Formats: sequence, C-alpha cells, structure tokens
Amino acid sequence: MAVCIAVIAKENYPLYIRSTPTENELKFHYMVHTSLDVVDEKISAMGKALVDQRELYLGLLYPTEDYKVYGYVTNSKVKFVMVVDSSNTALRDNEIRSMFRKLHNSYTDVMCNPFYNPGDRIQSRAFENMVTSMMIQVC
Amino acid sequence: MGSGGVARERGGARRRMADAVLFEFLHTEMVAELWAPDPDPGSGGKKKSLSVLEGLGFRVGQALGERLPRETLAVREELDALKFLCKDLWAATFQKHMDGLRTNHQGTYVLQDNNFPLLITMGSGSQYLEEAPKFLAFTCGLLCGALHTLGFQSLVTASVTSLPACKFQVVIQKS
Repeated sequence: MAVCIAVIAKENYPLYIRSTPTENELKFHYMVHTSLDVVDEKISAMGKALVDQRELYLGLLYPTEDYKVYGYVTNSKVKFVMVVDSSNTALRDNEIRSMFRKLHNSYTDVMCNPFYNPGDRIQSRAFENMVTSMMIQVC
Repeated sequence: MGSGGVARERGGARRRMADAVLFEFLHTEMVAELWAPDPDPGSGGKKKSLSVLEGLGFRVGQALGERLPRETLAVREELDALKFLCKDLWAATFQKHMDGLRTNHQGTYVLQDNNFPLLITMGSGSQYLEEAPKFLAFTCGLLCGALHTLGFQSLVTASVTSLPACKFQVVIQKS
C-alpha cells in the first residue's frame, strides 16, 4: 500500500499527485520532486548501457528513514513515482511492479479518453478509484 | 454484429478483415463529411477541412502512441520511433507493414506504402489523383500524433503519384 502516488509529465510537471491526507502533503510533494533527479539519472544511464532490452520499471529510487521511493517510466517519458512506508516490509518487488502496471494501464485508458486533453491534470474518476485502491486505507 | 461473430469462430484472419473494414467505412464518411464544398471560393475552405482531419488523426495518434508500445522501453532514438511507426502502428491500424522506409540520416524520412488500404477502394493508376490527398490527411495526423507521444516534433506530408501507392514524408523538427 502506497502513501503517495504521483504521475509526472515528460516536461516534469505533475499530472496527478495524491498522498494520504493525514501526513503533511508538502513533504511528499518535495520527495517526489527530488526523486525526479534520480529518475533522470537512471534513464540516461540506461541509454548509455548497451542493453537490448530496457525495462520500464526503474526500481527503488532512494530510501529515506521512514519511506522508500519507487519509479517507473513509460515510452512517452511519463513518470510514475510511488512512495511507500518503510515499515511495511511485506511489500515485495513483484507487488510494486504489478501496482505500476495497473497505474500504466489506467494512465493509458485516460490518454485514450476523448474528453481528456493530453497535458492536462488527470481528473478521471476511474483513475482516482484505481489509485484509492492502492493507497493505505485511513479511517 | 452477427457476421462478425461468425467470422471470429472461423479464424483470426477473417475476424481481422471484418474489423478493418469498419474503420475504412468510418474514414470514408469522415472525409465526405468534413469536405463540404466551401461556398466562399478561393478562401481557406479546403485547407480548413484538411487540418480538421489532420487534427483528428493527431489525437488518435497520441492515444495509439501511448497504448501500442510493448512493456520494454523500445524507443531509444529517432530511427526506433520510425521503425515503430512502420511496423507496430501500421500493423495495428492497417493490418500490414510499411513497404519501404528511406532516410537521409538528417531527420527526413520517406515511408512508402505500395498498397495503402484507404486508397485501394478508389482504383489503381492515375484516375482520382486529385481526390487522393484528402484521404491521406487523417493518416498524416496519425503519424504526427504518434511521434509526438514518443517525444518527437514532426511535420508529415503525403504524396501520391499512382494509386494505391503513396509516400509519407516525415521531417523531424530539431527543437
């Protein structure tokens, strides 16, 4: 279960960002912002390596005392950033991957929605519901 | 959709034919609808409807550019994006691959299709040559939109010398 999920456009502005309401939201916004540097680093590192296949899932970007931040980038350079609680040790890599896959599928659905203009903030209820299902249930 | 269901039972190839023709009919109607003769002669009437068709194709291309690429990060540079257009995008939309791709290695690419599905129904040779460009506007927008999602600004134009073969010229803009 994530505490914060963000979708960042290729020009590095947020298309969607949501965190659990009890915590200080600014802290999570700042974390996502700083993680973008790490994402860029990983993307350019992948470009230089002579690997045939590059993965969309970037893995653990950086751990802090209380949280771990994971990243994922799509073919259209849209980034997904997920912050999870460090104390939640039961969360395995596979689960994070499947959460990102669900996010990617939902984002693709949003993109195909004719009422959505690419580049706008995401306001789709279906997307919100999917994200709610992945975030920690509070109260 | 009864016939579509029967086709599905018979085999994959038949099913694809039934699906493909729906888009072709829709496209024909789109061109007929958006190509109303402009009462004001000599104005931008003709150009306006072509750009509407291109705009439609652009939005569709943006969505396809998001949905079609597979799980791996396939597009590393320009040439990969063009190969994606020629293989994946063309196969998904027109059930065939592009017949030829040429480049001058400086950002200009010429995509050649010798048997373009949207032109096949119009006949072969040089008859209807003046009518052909408006049937290519949507596809130009499609290519432009897909490239835009993959991160490349481009200018796409189409030319026909002999139906149903056509060429799409893609110029990648350096920003």
